[in-house]
Amino acid sequence: MLSDEIIKDFPVIMHNDIAYLDSAATSQKPQSVIDVEKEYYETINSNPHRGAYSLSIEATKAYEEAREKVAKFINAENPFQIIFSKNATESLNLIAYSYGLTNVEQDDEIVLSIMEHHSNLVPWQFVAKSKNAKLNYMYINENFELSDEEIEKKITSKTKIVGITYVSNVTGTVNDVKKIIRIAHSKGAVVVLDASQAISHIKVDVQNLDADFVVFSGHKMYAPMGVGILYGKKNLLEKMNPFLMGGDMIEYVYEQDTTFAKLPSKFEAGTQNVGAVIGLSKAIDYIESIGYDKIQEIEHELIDYAMIELKKLDFIELYITPNLENHSGVISFNIKKIHPHDVASILDSNGVCVRSGNHCAQPLMRFLNIDSTCRISFAIYNTKSDIDRLVEALKKTYDKFKQYIK
Amino acid sequence: MDDLYNDLIMEHSMNSPYKKDLKCCNMCAMGHNPNCGDELKLEIKLSDDKKIIEDMAFSGHGCAISQASASIMIETLIGKTVEEAKEIIKTYIAMIKREITDENQLKMIEDAIAFKNISNMPARVKCALLAWHTLEDMLEESKK
Repeated sequence: MLSDEIIKDFPVIMHNDIAYLDSAATSQKPQSVIDVEKEYYETINSNPHRGAYSLSIEATKAYEEAREKVAKFINAENPFQIIFSKNATESLNLIAYSYGLTNVEQDDEIVLSIMEHHSNLVPWQFVAKSKNAKLNYMYINENFELSDEEIEKKITSKTKIVGITYVSNVTGTVNDVKKIIRIAHSKGAVVVLDASQAISHIKVDVQNLDADFVVFSGHKMYAPMGVGILYGKKNLLEKMNPFLMGGDMIEYVYEQDTTFAKLPSKFEAGTQNVGAVIGLSKAIDYIESIGYDKIQEIEHELIDYAMIELKKLDFIELYITPNLENHSGVISFNIKKIHPHDVASILDSNGVCVRSGNHCAQPLMRFLNIDSTCRISFAIYNTKSDIDRLVEALKKTYDKFKQYIK
Repeated sequence: MDDLYNDLIMEHSMNSPYKKDLKCCNMCAMGHNPNCGDELKLEIKLSDDKKIIEDMAFSGHGCAISQASASIMIETLIGKTVEEAKEIIKTYIAMIKREITDENQLKMIEDAIAFKNISNMPARVKCALLAWHTLEDMLEESKK
C-alpha cells in the first residue's frame, strides 16, 4: 500500500495527531488543490466572462477548462451539460425548482429511497406538496439494501421522478442505480442521482448509467468547499427554466422582459466560486493520478479490516450490509446503551474524529428505529492504524460507561 | 473530558431517580434538539399557591450530558420557589456561556456546577442546556 506517500499529500492529516474518520462529511484536501486555489488568487484572479482584458480571459479559460475536465471525468456528452453550483444541495434544489415544479402534476408520484440525505428528500417534499403529488418511498430490507421487488413495486407508470443516492451516507449501501434508472425509464420517469457519497470512491459514467440528472459536491472529493456539480441530459436542461436569476445568465434584458443565456450560463447566475472550481479541476487530476482501481483497493482493505476489528467488540451494533461488494466508504454503528454523542466526545478526546447523529437522514433513522448512530468513513489517506486507534478508543469508552449500565 | 464524564454525571445519566412520570403534575412540556434527535419531557408539580416546585420529573432520550443535566437540574430545584428556580436557571445558563465564572456566585446552582467545563466542548453545550431551556420556557409560560 502506498499510503505513506498519499498521507504526505494531505497537510491536515500530516500536521494533526488524529485519526480522521469523517471523510463522508468532507474530505481533506491535497496540497496540490490548496496550492492551485491560492495560485489562482495570486495570479489570474478576475471575473470570468466579463472582462475584455487578458486577465479575465485567462480566468475564463481556467474556469471553462475545469468544466471540460469534469465533463470528461464523468463521461458527459458535452461540457455545457456540466453546471457549477455551490454544492450538491443547491444542484438538487435547482432540479426540484426548475424541473420538478414544471413536470410534476397532481396525483403524479415522486419515488425516493428511504436512504436519501435530506438534500434529496426535502426539495421533493416541497415539490410534492406544491403540486399535490404523492411522495412514495422504496424501503430497504434486513440487509440495508433495496430489493428488486421493492424497486419494481414502487416505481409505477404514475412515477415522474425517482430520487436515488448512489451510495448511502449512513449504511454505505451501493445501490444498483443502473438497474433503477433502467426500470424508471421503462415507466417514463426521470432519475435524479445523488452521487455525493460515490464520487470519491466509484467511477461515475453518466452515459453508461443513462442518468438523467447527476449531482455531487466537490468538497467530498478532495476539492475545496463551495463548488457543486449538476449534470443533466441536454434535452432536459434545455427545456428547463432558470433557477436563480441575475448577472451572466441573461442574453438581453429589457425593462419588462429578459431572454436567457444558453447552457451552461443559463443556470450560473452571478459570480461563481472560480477558485473552488479550479481546485476541483486539480482534485480530479489527483483522483485520476491514483486511479479508481487503486482507491478501491485501499478503501476495501480498510473496510475489511475495520469490519474484522469491530466485529470482535461484542458491545457494538453495526448497520451494514453483509454483502460487502455492495458497500462503500462508511460504517455506522452504536455502542449498546451509550448515546453516539457521548461516544463521539470520548473518541474525540482520544484523537479519533467520527460523526455522530442522524447524518441528515432522519426518515432512515426512524425506519431503522434508532435515534442516531456513530459513523466512520474512509478516504485514501486512512490507514489501518487509524482503525486500531478507533478500536482502542471504543474499548476505553465502553469501559468508562459499563460500570454504570444497569 | 474525564472530569466531565465523572461519577456524579454518569450516575445521574444512567440511573436517575427523577427519570419517571409524575402521577399528578400541573405543567408538562417537551424540549428537543433537532440536530441530535434528543427529546425530553419535563413535568412539574407546583404547590397550590403555584409558588413552590414540589416535584419534578423527566423522560425521553438523549446523551449522557443531556440526561444528567436534566436529572441534576431537577434535584437542585425541587423544594425551591419558582422565583429562586428562575434565578438558578439564569445563573446556570450564564455559567455555560462563561458569563459567570466566580465560584461564589455559582454556589446557588449546587451540583449543577459539574457542567462548568462543558464550555470547553462547544459541540456539547446544547446537550447541557436542553432541560434548562425547556424549564425556563415553562416557567415563563406559567406566568401568562
